[in-house]
Amino acid sequence: MEEKVIICKELTKSFGDFYAVNKISFDVNKGEIFGFLGANGAGKTTAMRMLCGLSFPTSGEATVAGFNVYKQQDSIKKNIGYMSQKFSLYENLTVLENISFFGGVYGVRKKEIKERSEELIQTLGLQNETKKLVGELPLGWKQKLAFSVAIFHKPKIVFLDEPTGGVDPLTRRQFWDMIYKAADEGITVFVTTHYMDEAEYCNRISIMVDGRVEALDSPGKLKERFSADSMDEVFYKLARGAKRGE
Amino acid sequence: MNSVTLQNIKKTYDKGNVLAVDDVSFEVKEGELFGLIGPDGAGKTSIFRILTTLLLADSGSASVAGFDVVKDYRAIRNSVGYMPGKFSLYQDLTIRENLQFFATVFGTTVEANYDLIKDIYEQIKPFNNRRAGKLSGGMKQKLALCCALIHKPNVLLLDEPTTGVDVVSRREFWEMLKKLKMQGITILVSTPYMDEASLCERIALIQNGKIMSVDTPDKIIGSYPVDLYAVKSENIYKLLVDLRAYGEVASCYAFGEFLHVTMKEGSGAEQIEKYASGKGHQHVVANKIEPGIEDSFIRLMSVRDATKS
Repeated sequence: MEEKVIICKELTKSFGDFYAVNKISFDVNKGEIFGFLGANGAGKTTAMRMLCGLSFPTSGEATVAGFNVYKQQDSIKKNIGYMSQKFSLYENLTVLENISFFGGVYGVRKKEIKERSEELIQTLGLQNETKKLVGELPLGWKQKLAFSVAIFHKPKIVFLDEPTGGVDPLTRRQFWDMIYKAADEGITVFVTTHYMDEAEYCNRISIMVDGRVEALDSPGKLKERFSADSMDEVFYKLARGAKRGE
Repeated sequence: MNSVTLQNIKKTYDKGNVLAVDDVSFEVKEGELFGLIGPDGAGKTSIFRILTTLLLADSGSASVAGFDVVKDYRAIRNSVGYMPGKFSLYQDLTIRENLQFFATVFGTTVEANYDLIKDIYEQIKPFNNRRAGKLSGGMKQKLALCCALIHKPNVLLLDEPTTGVDVVSRREFWEMLKKLKMQGITILVSTPYMDEASLCERIALIQNGKIMSVDTPDKIIGSYPVDLYAVKSENIYKLLVDLRAYGEVASCYAFGEFLHVTMKEGSGAEQIEKYASGKGHQHVVANKIEPGIEDSFIRLMSVRDATKS
């Protein structure tokens, strides 16, 4: 039996009579790259906030890294990593300061922070930039650094909210190389994206439409089921019926 | 005749320390749908701001609809429709109020050029009394396009109109652009999405402030100098690592469900299959394929990086 890192059963969040997330159920396996897709306003962000322990569900059940989303939000936060296109690092701290700040917040020991940050700087090729403010780095480097910081405390799961938006195609690939490597090392990756070619890199994909998970499978099987050549086509066929916008 | 021309345009920020636009020249012909394709930070928005007379270039010259961007800035503002990358309409005015406001500012009425906006406006008309700030992403985009068209401009300048918008709205938007083009409006549109390049008649690929190539999408793809192979096996990540370690491989990167691979001279699909099978990969498939714009972009970027270092 594969180890489940996220278990979601009929998870629901409503605001008054509006069901932002409407009874979604799915499991995510350890080490899996799980693509979480949906049209604007489908409910992705609301669902992700519940799974990250940032907002309480209205009903339903979910555990993340073995912790309950109602009762153990703090433990969830300690055991996950998070990065988004919008919020990632402190722009007015240097590269090294950001690493030690986030390492410290997540309780990594000082000695370990020092050793691992040196290693990380080597891998990213940022040796000459360690004392630069993060705000001065090109977008692509920022995003690669933000991802490395998000997994610095070796979380069980990392949540990535549109991590590659606006990044050039070469850097986008380098970023995915890092995601593959993290998954290979056993970190579960939960990722949203607007690039449909990136959906193909995921082991499995769920597609949300109007608050519900309308499809969940491997990219290959989804294409077969919707007789489509690409994920773009699958997404289009599912989402064009959506009633609500952002 | 050209509707937009740029000649050796250069723009720096921060007292010359940041080079945003580096000697850029290209032309957009009258009635053309032209795409400026590149990632964030490539210099696209600076170019749009120079063309809309909101920013002065350090050097070089540019004209829009026959007017010089410096000398004739007032005339340009009346002949172009501009949709900035950031939603810039009045959030606390309704759809109808925004339209009327922009019509008045340009000395016209909503009715005067109704033909031009009809198809787009009627999709959002049921929400006429809703404030712009409360609209969905797709609806905001449609309203912004209507406001940019209200004074019947000769040239439309659209700065990343589809960024962050989902696949369905993106397709609808490009359909609208095609229709506008048929009415004779020249359109310069920027996008970070490489797959949108094929929807333009001609494109410029831009990276780090430099134009890498200007041509029709077909010709850019046609000038891809080597054979490209799409390869896959059961374990795509292991295959990526293995192929990169293979001496005959020139480049290898993930592309949708496949890896895109180029080989050193004299090697082809057979070598890839043989090597991968030898490494224990199951169900190896390697086929020669037509490259896409994204492949061309990556190749042009890599070539530049290589000549720089």
